[in-house]
Amino acid sequence: MSIVVKNLQFTYSANSPYETRALKDVNLTINEGDFLGIVGHTGSGKSTFIQHLNGLIKVQEGEIEVFDIKLTNVKKPKPDLRKLRSHVGMVFQYPEYQLFEETVYKDVAFGPKNLGLSQEEINDRVKEAIELVGLDYEKYKDRAPFELSGGQKRRVAIAGIIAMKPKVLILDEPTAGLDPSGKEQILSLIKNLKEKCSPTIIVISHDIDEITRFANRLVVFNDGKVAFDEPMKELFKHQQELVEMGLDIPLAIKIANELKAKGIKLGENIVTMSDLLREIVIAYNKKNGTDIDVSKIRKSVFNFDFSNSNQEEVFKDE
Amino acid sequence: MNNFSFGQYYPTNSLIHRLDPRTKLMFTFVYMIIVFLIKSYMGYLCTAALLASIILISKVPFRVVIRSIRAVLFLLFFTLIINLLFYNEGKTVFEWSFIHITVGGIDYSIKMLFRLTLLVMGASMLTFTTTSTELTDALEALLKPLTYIKVPVHDLAIIMSIALRFIPTLMEETQKIMNAQKARGANLDTGSFFERIKAMLPILIPLFVSAFRRADELADALDARCYNATDKRTKMKKLKFGLTDYLSFVVTIIFAVLVCLDAYMAGGAYIDGLIFSAIMGA
Repeated sequence: MSIVVKNLQFTYSANSPYETRALKDVNLTINEGDFLGIVGHTGSGKSTFIQHLNGLIKVQEGEIEVFDIKLTNVKKPKPDLRKLRSHVGMVFQYPEYQLFEETVYKDVAFGPKNLGLSQEEINDRVKEAIELVGLDYEKYKDRAPFELSGGQKRRVAIAGIIAMKPKVLILDEPTAGLDPSGKEQILSLIKNLKEKCSPTIIVISHDIDEITRFANRLVVFNDGKVAFDEPMKELFKHQQELVEMGLDIPLAIKIANELKAKGIKLGENIVTMSDLLREIVIAYNKKNGTDIDVSKIRKSVFNFDFSNSNQEEVFKDE
Repeated sequence: MNNFSFGQYYPTNSLIHRLDPRTKLMFTFVYMIIVFLIKSYMGYLCTAALLASIILISKVPFRVVIRSIRAVLFLLFFTLIINLLFYNEGKTVFEWSFIHITVGGIDYSIKMLFRLTLLVMGASMLTFTTTSTELTDALEALLKPLTYIKVPVHDLAIIMSIALRFIPTLMEETQKIMNAQKARGANLDTGSFFERIKAMLPILIPLFVSAFRRADELADALDARCYNATDKRTKMKKLKFGLTDYLSFVVTIIFAVLVCLDAYMAGGAYIDGLIFSAIMGA
């Protein structure tokens, strides 16, 4: 267990007309290796929640344990925030707005430098991080971050976080404001980071179609509380409630529902487009006695490989 | 956002909130001049009573108004010390090497303390009860006569309203950038003076970049809608004086006359003198 949150409560601008209770009672355990997706609409408390995880917001009520660091509302002993922030990396929305140095190298080195590492260590980490995000180290290290393209800036900003080698990486709307190909690149980057850098990843997203492509566990925030906390495939058994909360359900599920209503027999466990494709092909094969290979179609449709572990397992079953 | 209370609109929809913003602006203007005219403790007492009743009517909690002084606490303290040390008039009460504190100095520095406190609290009452849009509308309306001598009043008003509009946005932006840099281990709270200034760079640079980006976008948006400040524009909400406005004019005038009496005919000083001699006698 890497993060345990107990009875967390938080109120903004207490005792003023702008008082808002952002978190009412949040209990959550995040395990090592989780690929956690957090959904919930604006004002549901999800941003407030994640800012607690690396000490950017002080705990008012409740308790958080991140690895061996305890965060409570008790003032002393002070938690080791530097250690906490080296464990939990946070990529904010539009992270490119935080770039400030003259060169890409210096900007990425900012985090490791603050951790007090040796110059050699910093060098190694910066190089590794820039290459991990898919940029050519030699080519980009001396460029000014402000002259890069939007997607490149974002990748440099992410490199600035992963150069601190966090065990848990939190990303808030990592694909906001990018074009479709930029989105795909960031998504595959996140998957890559999970394998090579941070084993536990938490992603906030508005786009349910996007988040279902990689998360293996989904947490739904509603009105300052955790409304659902389910493995990805299980969550959409609560379709009805999700819609009532004003949340979107994946396009694939909507299509499957329509098709089922029209009398087409599809299997269960449809969440992603790739699931839908599989079930449609199976249904087609069954009906017409054909033998069309799902994986071939899949490969030509989804030119990026986004099959996550869940889907991998499903395919093994067949 | 801890010291954000200075000047943040505090919605209670009270009588004061519903006053015409022009009335409030004029009152504040008169009030500010008058606070500098007061000569006696009696005068300060009356002004404080007036301010207190305004706060009561406005339903803004006293605690919130008091908090607005916090932003200038250092200034208050500083002027107090300077006046105590360097205003030398009357009998000396305390003397030690270069320091000598006089009765006149104590008197003057206490009055200055009252003056500044009343000034800040009065000014913040204006912004507590008036939205920035109302404020610029009022300013524009009151400065209208200046258009005859070719002062671009409307442009000034729109510049002011944009500036006011973006203060909370930039505050929020600053908070976000600070959080982002803190998450990267930036240490903003400790270290020597110069270290701290240096530590501000990772915040200031992105802040300026984003301020310029916003300004650019706003200019484009204004251009795209063919915005032109020089044409005569109509208002959605026309300002209109009501009964309460006329009532506040009367209050303002009475107040101004009283203070002028105090300042030029020594009315308050006379009462002050009586009270002092009573205390001395006791």
